[in-house]
Amino acid sequence: MEEFINVGKRIPKMDAEEKVTGKAIYIHDLKVPGMLYGKILYSSHPHAKIKSIDTSKAEKLPGVKAVLTGYNIPPIKFGVYKDNVPLKANKVCSLRDEVAAVAATDPEIAEEALNLIKVEYEILPAIFDPEEAMKEGAPLIHEEHVGGKEKKPTNVLNFPWRLIAGDVDEARKNSAYVAQDRFKVTWVAHCCMGTSGCLAQFDQKNNLTMYSITQIPSLAQRDYMDALATMGLKDKRVRVIKTMIGGGFGSKLDTYAFEYIAILLAHKTRKPVKILFSREEEFFATSPRQPAIIDIAQGCSKDGKLTFRDIKMVLDNGAYTSWGATTPSVMMMPISSLYKVPNVRYVAKCVYTNNTYSQAMRGYGNPQATFAIDSQIDILAEMAGIDPLDFRLRNANTPGEVTPQNFKIITCGLRECIDIVAQKLDWRQNRGRRDGRGMGMASMIHVGGGARVYKSDGCGTIIKMDDFGTVNVFTGATDMGQGSETVIAQIVAEELGVRVEDVVVTHTDTDICPWDVGAHASRTTFVAGNSARGAAKKVKDQLLEVASKSMGESPENLDIRDRTVFSKKDPEKKSPLGKVLRAAHYTAGGSMVMAEHFYDPTNENLDREFKGNLSVTYAYGTHGVEVEVDKETGQVKILKYIAAHDVGRAINPMLLEGQVYGGATMGIGYALTERLILKDGKVMNPNFLDYKMLTAKDVPNIETIVIETNDPFGPFGAKGIGEPGLVPTAPAIANAIYDAVGVRVKDLPITPEKVLAALKEKRIQETVVRIQKK
Amino acid sequence: MKQTITFNLNGESVQVEIEPHLTLLQLLRDKLELTGTKEGCGMGECGACTVLLDGKTINSCIFPAMEVEGRSVTTIEGLTDAQGNLHPIQKAFVEYGAIQCGFCTPGMVLSAKALLDENPKPTEEEIRNGIAGNLCRCTGYLQIVQAIKAASGQ
Repeated sequence: MEEFINVGKRIPKMDAEEKVTGKAIYIHDLKVPGMLYGKILYSSHPHAKIKSIDTSKAEKLPGVKAVLTGYNIPPIKFGVYKDNVPLKANKVCSLRDEVAAVAATDPEIAEEALNLIKVEYEILPAIFDPEEAMKEGAPLIHEEHVGGKEKKPTNVLNFPWRLIAGDVDEARKNSAYVAQDRFKVTWVAHCCMGTSGCLAQFDQKNNLTMYSITQIPSLAQRDYMDALATMGLKDKRVRVIKTMIGGGFGSKLDTYAFEYIAILLAHKTRKPVKILFSREEEFFATSPRQPAIIDIAQGCSKDGKLTFRDIKMVLDNGAYTSWGATTPSVMMMPISSLYKVPNVRYVAKCVYTNNTYSQAMRGYGNPQATFAIDSQIDILAEMAGIDPLDFRLRNANTPGEVTPQNFKIITCGLRECIDIVAQKLDWRQNRGRRDGRGMGMASMIHVGGGARVYKSDGCGTIIKMDDFGTVNVFTGATDMGQGSETVIAQIVAEELGVRVEDVVVTHTDTDICPWDVGAHASRTTFVAGNSARGAAKKVKDQLLEVASKSMGESPENLDIRDRTVFSKKDPEKKSPLGKVLRAAHYTAGGSMVMAEHFYDPTNENLDREFKGNLSVTYAYGTHGVEVEVDKETGQVKILKYIAAHDVGRAINPMLLEGQVYGGATMGIGYALTERLILKDGKVMNPNFLDYKMLTAKDVPNIETIVIETNDPFGPFGAKGIGEPGLVPTAPAIANAIYDAVGVRVKDLPITPEKVLAALKEKRIQETVVRIQKK
Repeated sequence: MKQTITFNLNGESVQVEIEPHLTLLQLLRDKLELTGTKEGCGMGECGACTVLLDGKTINSCIFPAMEVEGRSVTTIEGLTDAQGNLHPIQKAFVEYGAIQCGFCTPGMVLSAKALLDENPKPTEEEIRNGIAGNLCRCTGYLQIVQAIKAASGQ
C-alpha cells in the first residue's frame, strides 16, 4: 500500500473559513457601482396567445431604466433544441414563460413596474399529461415542431432514444420468470439554498462580464457569445466570473432566460444589471428533475440469472428543452449495465407539455431508472423464490466485464458493497419477517471516470510557482461546495511534495482559468484531478531540472518532499523549494517554473446505437436500509442506513462522506417526501413549508462505507462520487417497505397516504382470496 | 418617515435611521452591509437569515427592524473574537466538514450557538431539534451534528 502525505487525508475545505465567518461573497452579496435591478414578468396562463403588451405605464415610473418584451429584443435562441427565447412574443407555453422584464434603480421599483405592465392573452387549450400530449389531435406546444417520417407536427421530441442489445423478445420467451410493472416518478426541485442570480456588465467596448453561479463557465461563455452575436456584438469578449455558488446539483448546467434578460437589460441601459430570484421564483421558474412513466419488464432463469430488461419510458419534457432533455442517454447506463443482463431494450420518448421544463439534477436520470430497475429486482427475486441479496450477488457486475452498452468495466467493487451492506444489516438474520420492520437494498452504477457527453470531456490546468514555493493552480473545474478546490490542492500537493496550505486554487474566472466542460457527471475529481496531476508532474520536472543545476545532481536522482528538494542517493543533500525557485528567477538566462496540462480522458462518445465506453471507469455502490412502517398512519421511519460505495480511492474521506451523506439525504427526500406539485401547469407548493425538504430531525444517521478499488486510471486511484449517493436510495427504501409490510409502492414519493392506500388494497385482496378459498 | 433606532450589534452600539417597514435582514444586509446573514426564502422557512436577538434565534427576514430598539443583535460577523479567531463552533464546523456550499452555514452556526449557550451538553436529538429550523441541502446534516457535538466538548 502506497503511503501518501496529502491524499487520503481529512483536510477541511479550503473555503470553509470564508464561509463560516460570512465573508464569502455569493451572487446575493455582490454589488457594483451604478448597478440596476432586473425583474421578470411571467405568463399568467400555461398556454395562450399574447394579443398585446402595454408597457407604457411601467416605462414612465421614476427609477425605471428599461422595459423589454419579446417584441423589442433580438432573436436570441437557447436550449438544446434552440426552442426557447429570453422573452416570449406571440405565444406563451408555460406559466414560467418570461413575457417582460424591467431594470430599475431599486428592486422595489422594478417590482412595482411589473405590476404596471398590461398583457392581453387569448387562452389556448393546454396539455399537462405527456401520454395525452403524444396523441393525435393534442394541442401543439410548438406548432412549427415536426417529427416522424412524415414530418408531421407533434409534441414528441425528435430524440431517437433507442438502445438495443441482444434479443429481448427471444430472451423473454425463454425466461423462467418475468416481472412486468409500471413505475412513476415526479418532479423534484434542486432546492439550492442560494437562489439563482447573475450580474451582467458591459464595458465601453461592449465586452461582457458576467458574474455568474454557473456549473459550466466555459460553455456558458460560449452561449453568451452566441447571444452577443445575435445582438449585433459579434467578436466581443465574454468573461465569466463565478461568485461563491449556493448549491448546484445540476441546476446550473445550462444557461437560462434570466441570464439573457440581464445581458439584454445591461446592454440597453449601459449599466450593470443584477437579477436575483426570490424563493418562489426559484421553485417555479427554475427547472426540476424530469418526471417519467416507466414501463419495465425483466426476466430471469430458474436459478435467478437475469435474462433481459425491457423498458419503455415517457418523459414529461415541459414546454422547452434544456440539457435535461438528454437524460435518457444517462438512463441507458443503469438500464444496460446495472447487474449483468445480456439482452436489453430501451425506448424513450420526451414529450412537450405545458408544464415547467426540466433540467439536469444530481444523477441525471439515473435515480429515476434505478428506482424502477432495482425495485423490480426484488419483485423478480420473490417470483423466483430467491433472497434478493443472493439474486443481486448472482447478477453483480465484475471487473473485466464489457456490458451490453459496451462499457468496459475496469475496477468494480459492487460485490463488496453488497456484501458489506448485508453484513451491516445482519440481513440473513433479520430480513423477511413482515412485522412492520423490514430491510431492503439497491445498487447503482454511474460514470466514475468522466463522461464523454460533448466532443471533449477535457479540463485544463495551469500551475505556476512563485519565489517562495507557493503553488498557484488555475483550474477549469468548478467548486460549488462539493470541495473540488480542496481535492485538487491535495492532488497537486501530493505530486509536488508540498503541503496543501502551499497550494492556492483559482477556479472562478474564464479570463484566467483554462477550459473545462463543466461540473457534471461526477467528473471533476477524476478529470480535473488528472489534469491537475499532469500539470503538477510537469512542474515537478521543471523544478528538478532547475534544482539539478544548483545542487549538482542529475534530475533523476532528485525528489521533493515537504517543500524540500533532496537527493535520493544522499538525503543530506537538499535544498528548500523557495531557494530553488529563486535561483531559477535570479539567474542570468533564468526561467519561470510554470506548466499547463490538458487532460481529456480516453472515453468514447456513444455511437448511433448509443453504445460506447462513455466513461473511463464506473462507480458502483449499494445502499441498505432498515425501516419501520406504522400500519395505522403509513409513516415510514428509517432505523438504519448503510451506504457502501466503490470510490476507487478517497482523496479526502471527509469531503467524500459529505457527498454521500448529502446525496443519500436528497435521495431519502426523493423516496419519501419531496415533490413539486403541479396542477394545470402551476407549481402549487413554491415554498419550504409545502415542499417537504428534509430537516435535521428527519434525517437518519447514515453510515458510509468506502470501498477502495484503486482504479488504474483515476488520480491516485480515485473515481467520481458526486452523484452516486442518491442513485440507489429510493429503491432501497421501497424494497425495505415491502419487506416490512408487504406492499409495493411504485410511484414516488412514497408518502404515508400511498402506503396506507396500498395496505388497504392488500387487505381487500387478501380478504377476496380468503373468500374464494372458502 | 424615517425613524431612528439604537441597538447593540455584535457588541457595539449602533444608531441608524430607517424606514419603519424594513426587516432586520434588510437593515443588516442593505444598510449596514453585513452580508454574512443570508436570505434563503424571505418567508421565515429556511433559517439562512438566523441571527441572535438577546441570545435567542430569530429569522431576521420576517423580523421588523424597529423591534430591535434597545436590544442586542448578534450576527455571524460578531462571532469571531477581537483578534478574528474563529469561535469554537465555527472551528468545529470547519474541521468536521459541516460546510459545503456554505449558504446555510452562518444561520446554522448561530442556531448552534443559541443551543449550546442554553444547553451546553445537548444530546444528539437535542442538537437535531436545535437546528431543525435551518435547512441545508448539501450535507445531510450529519457532519453539522458532529461539529456541534464536538464544539460542546462531547
